[in-house]
Amino acid sequence: MEVTQLSVFLENKPGHLEHILEILADAKINILTLTIAETSDFGVLRMLVSDTNRAAKALRDHRFTCSQTEVLVIGLEDRPGVLHQAVRSFSRRGLNIEYMYTFTEKRDDLAIMIFRFEDPAQARAALAAEGYRTLTYEEILKG
Amino acid sequence: MFNPRFEAMDPQERRALQLERLRWSLRHAYDNVPFYRESFDKAGFHPRHLREPADLQKVPFLTKQDMRQAYPYQLFAVGLDQVVRIHCSSGTTGSATLAGYTRRDIEVFSEVVARSLASYGVTESDIVQIAYGYGLFTGGLGLHYGVEKLGALAVPISGGNTDRQLRLIRDLKTSVLACTPSYALNIADRLGNRTQDIDLNGSQLRIGVFGAEPWSEQMRTEIEKRLGVSAYDIYGLSEVIGPGVAAECSSKSGLHVQEDHFYVEIVDPETGAVLPEGEPGEIVYTSLTKEACPIIRYRSHDISRLHREPCPCGRTLVRMDKVFGRSDDMMIIRGVNVYPSQIEAVLMDMECTEPHYQIILDRRDALDSIEILVEVNDKVFSDELKVLQSLGRKIHDRIKSVLSISAKITLVEPQTIARSPGKAQRVIDKRKIN
Repeated sequence: MEVTQLSVFLENKPGHLEHILEILADAKINILTLTIAETSDFGVLRMLVSDTNRAAKALRDHRFTCSQTEVLVIGLEDRPGVLHQAVRSFSRRGLNIEYMYTFTEKRDDLAIMIFRFEDPAQARAALAAEGYRTLTYEEILKG
Repeated sequence: MFNPRFEAMDPQERRALQLERLRWSLRHAYDNVPFYRESFDKAGFHPRHLREPADLQKVPFLTKQDMRQAYPYQLFAVGLDQVVRIHCSSGTTGSATLAGYTRRDIEVFSEVVARSLASYGVTESDIVQIAYGYGLFTGGLGLHYGVEKLGALAVPISGGNTDRQLRLIRDLKTSVLACTPSYALNIADRLGNRTQDIDLNGSQLRIGVFGAEPWSEQMRTEIEKRLGVSAYDIYGLSEVIGPGVAAECSSKSGLHVQEDHFYVEIVDPETGAVLPEGEPGEIVYTSLTKEACPIIRYRSHDISRLHREPCPCGRTLVRMDKVFGRSDDMMIIRGVNVYPSQIEAVLMDMECTEPHYQIILDRRDALDSIEILVEVNDKVFSDELKVLQSLGRKIHDRIKSVLSISAKITLVEPQTIARSPGKAQRVIDKRKIN
């Protein structure tokens, strides 16, 4: 059920992202999707990868600080109003979204959104009650 | 106790011994070293004027600068035929100072290190891995001779090559590790970050002997937790003899100074006036038994405090607090006196537990700026920016409340701040260059 996101601390300087990508390339890790949140000095690279544990180990071996976080991945119909409806149902239930990002390509004609909630367990239960289907790691990997 | 006769000596008897040795040492310096003769004469002091230890206040100080100018042999009080070894200071804050040792000086040096080790609970059954640098630096050879004197087993691995350090700890069943506290953390880092075949499960490591740089109580807690050792401070200066001038005992509440070999005073770092016992100030050392290079009133620049309450360990030797600053490491930032150790204490309190930090001082438009680089480790890392930003803010606020200075806090990736098996460079002062 759980999808684990890998997050890496990086300084906002030339060459730092490149170094991380090089390590992942050398370890033959495929990046399914990624996003960077940044400040002027540093950023956090968040990504879903083909093998989270192996990627984390490769990065830690090169002394990068990283963490693994549970995120919820939801497939939504790709038409106007659907995302709004989803987010509205989260806010009604008092579910706070820490951050969200997307997959570039669709799965089974659905737009794939990744959500990080303050309380993932509560969020998962709420989503199920609202009739949203969360994708498993295996489903994401399948492409 | 390695030598109870001197370590637990009746205080009155020791004072008499100190006075007698002090007279000898002053006379030895005056008679054999032109530098001392000139400086004593200029101050109108003659060794026969010394009636009680307090008379020493009339004797001029010996500074690091004096020692540099005396390089290489001008402070030697014996012929080189009697000198069996030399050591140099690390020269981190300028050119090196050199000290010589006669056979008897080496004997004293070994003795004070052996006393220190025994006071931590090291016995002849222990295996001591000496990860201080061997060479001109007093750490490696100093510990080595002390370990042999005590009768323990010395593993002379020297500093560096962390993977090999870990392998030997495991393979040889090392029970005592001696190195700088920052290198101890470096070793702990390697353990934590590398998923290799080395771990310390089942290791025999039980005691850490750490010195050569000031370190905080928080750093002690951190090292003890991560390496599974009881960590003890060993203190010394190459100018005075090397490690072993003072050492903690099992009560870990101050370092006992080997007073039968070294006479200590605390002075005001600004005025040089002797302060009453218990006041914080700069420690000044006078050697009582050294033959090759007698040291008379040497300004150590180390800031500490002396106290004489009875110690549960039974030693009657005066205790000095862990050195909490260097009068020459003291940074004056916008008129505020700041020691790196104070910043370190804040960081360790904040759970940025590993003290991998660096202070960068600069001056813009005639105004001092201070930036503190803090490495982000797994413990404080979060995938949420707001958590990281609030960490930076908290460090800033805490430093502001403790030190009344506003510092820019920059979070950096692990291992961006250079590590060395020697002394960590905590402060980069760009103000002098500009």
